[in-house]
Amino acid sequence: MGETGNMAPRTLFEKVWDAHVVAAPEGQSTLLYIDLHLVHEVTSPQAFDGLRANGRRLRQPLRTMATVDHNIPTTPRGLPIADPIAAKQIEALQKNCREFGVPLFDMDSAEQGIVHVIGPELGITLPGMTIVCGDSHTSTHGAFGSLAFGIGTSEVEHVLATQCLPQKKPKTMQIHVSGKLAEGVTAKDLALGIIGQLGTDGATGYVIEYAGDAVRALSMEGRMTLCNMSIEAGARAGLIAPDETTFAYVSGRRFAPKGKDWGEAVTYWRTLAGDPGAQFDRVIEIDAVSLAPFVTWGTNPGMVVAVNARVPELKSFGQEADRRAAEQALAYMGLDPGTPIEAIAVDRVFIGSCTNSRIEDLRAAARVAKGQHVNPKVRAMVVPGSQAIKRAAEQEGLHRIFLDAGFEWRESGCSMCLGMNPDILQPGERCASTSNRNFEGRQGRGGRTHLVSPMMAAAAAIAGHFTDVRNWKYE
Amino acid sequence: MQPFRKHTGVVVPLDKVNVDTDQIIPKQFLKRIERTGFGEFLFYDWRFSGDGKEFGKKIGDFVLDAPRYAKASILVAGKNFGCGSSREHAVWALADFGFRVVIASSFADIFANNSLKNGLLTVRLNQEQVAEIMRRSKEIENYQLNVDLETLRVEDGRGFTTTFAMDEFSRHCLLNGLDDIGLTLQHEAEIAAYEAKHPACAEMKVILAG
Repeated sequence: MGETGNMAPRTLFEKVWDAHVVAAPEGQSTLLYIDLHLVHEVTSPQAFDGLRANGRRLRQPLRTMATVDHNIPTTPRGLPIADPIAAKQIEALQKNCREFGVPLFDMDSAEQGIVHVIGPELGITLPGMTIVCGDSHTSTHGAFGSLAFGIGTSEVEHVLATQCLPQKKPKTMQIHVSGKLAEGVTAKDLALGIIGQLGTDGATGYVIEYAGDAVRALSMEGRMTLCNMSIEAGARAGLIAPDETTFAYVSGRRFAPKGKDWGEAVTYWRTLAGDPGAQFDRVIEIDAVSLAPFVTWGTNPGMVVAVNARVPELKSFGQEADRRAAEQALAYMGLDPGTPIEAIAVDRVFIGSCTNSRIEDLRAAARVAKGQHVNPKVRAMVVPGSQAIKRAAEQEGLHRIFLDAGFEWRESGCSMCLGMNPDILQPGERCASTSNRNFEGRQGRGGRTHLVSPMMAAAAAIAGHFTDVRNWKYE
Repeated sequence: MQPFRKHTGVVVPLDKVNVDTDQIIPKQFLKRIERTGFGEFLFYDWRFSGDGKEFGKKIGDFVLDAPRYAKASILVAGKNFGCGSSREHAVWALADFGFRVVIASSFADIFANNSLKNGLLTVRLNQEQVAEIMRRSKEIENYQLNVDLETLRVEDGRGFTTTFAMDEFSRHCLLNGLDDIGLTLQHEAEIAAYEAKHPACAEMKVILAG
């Protein structure tokens, strides 16, 4: 696979792209091969219907993997699903997987979980792959040096039928983060800091490659958090070159290559890092020292400030459209300009989602929560990303720490990140959430979402308001 | 797919930036397993009270519900339209409601792709042009635009005229309403050759067996 020769220096993205070009027909988009297609219940039923309507088969069932995550309840498994429409959608996925022969990690599976959590966890996600899913947070898998991006249902059907996608080559952006993240400043804060700087459309049309010492120092969990949020800056994908951290994570996982295959795979993966001198269309430099724990104040992830700052004044917005957007956001959020972030009280706390529900996230939150009590005015919920994470956390006793502190400990799923299941905010409720979107109504109509890291969410649950976790007194 | 060649219709101004797909079609309506019937839920939380379990009351002040825009088929909005979730339901809702064209200064990637697959034309114009269309559609009763994909031209017959860009292949597919799965399958030999060199992970079969 690793071509050599007198090629111009290439970026990681360009290497992965080049390795997957099936055809480049004149005057058409490039046809890219898709190594892995992840499927869930919400964006797939119409795609399977399309196959049936056109008498098409599923080309590569073994390059397809399905699970249920978006609308399943996080109450104990085995109870019937109260919402008949959600139940019907889950049944449709089960039926489609049976009919087309798709591997499915179903409701009662020991491997069930959020699709972007279980792919990596099972070693199905590997470096250098092309990965798609009918979900914008597919960018998560870029943490492994894969080109991974979200697609719509028509494209889901396209991949089911052909295992390929016609694609226009995006532009490339490098985000280089030098220095070291301070204690209490996490991958989530790095992601929020980047989006705050770029804006929610700053990377539209680009694929991001994250590089620099602060990125190299991140665990795989941290890298997944960072790549996950790429879409919130408009980028379809975000990649990090695979290295020893990556190989150590992948090694020994259930579907990862074994024995001789493993050695060959690692040899190839080592060739993926960008060549010295490879050119990007845009380069952004960030100093990790400039970052703090961040809290969003508005209704998109770019509306964000450091925890020790204040809600911005309207006059600070140069453009009329941005000022009006901020005004509308503050009205929705029930906040006044100039309010100190630490003075904002919360009603709910959600620790979970494909952004921050992995074992390291739960460990970080548990460290803050240990020996403490959730503020009596707050309802706080921890939703592990997968059944495997739930088991691992329980083995470590993290669930005890959460339960003793007054957090709810739930079953795995997307849960309150998008509130398709019964876990939703009531109108006016304010939530510190480790998820990825603070859009109006995202967590429930009228609900007010503030995006934060797992440590910041746990601290807010205990304090009853946002508080700078850098000053936390650990038990 | 429904082809798009040219369209003339009333323009409705949605004067907001970063309109995300959660607003276009809120999550509680994503549980349907059909492609149809999403139109009545378009911008639900901005248009109706309640959570959608029972159809709420029309709030009434949303621009789409103003009688003068009742027949609108062209939506003009601020930058970064369609950001957020990949849900194609957003495009299905817009198309089902009767929209054929959305004009903005920028679109989120996945939304623009999804639109292409459904014959909904996304037209990118610069911010001044968008602001001008926005202004005219507010000031002029029954304000209409002609959008022509053959000539890549937008004009209102009142002095506003401009061209827009679109990559040639997307334009070709839209003009002819092409099924792009069919186009890809014309490359069967190349796909098969690629697959022969890169076999799938056979171990996935164990899940099927279980």
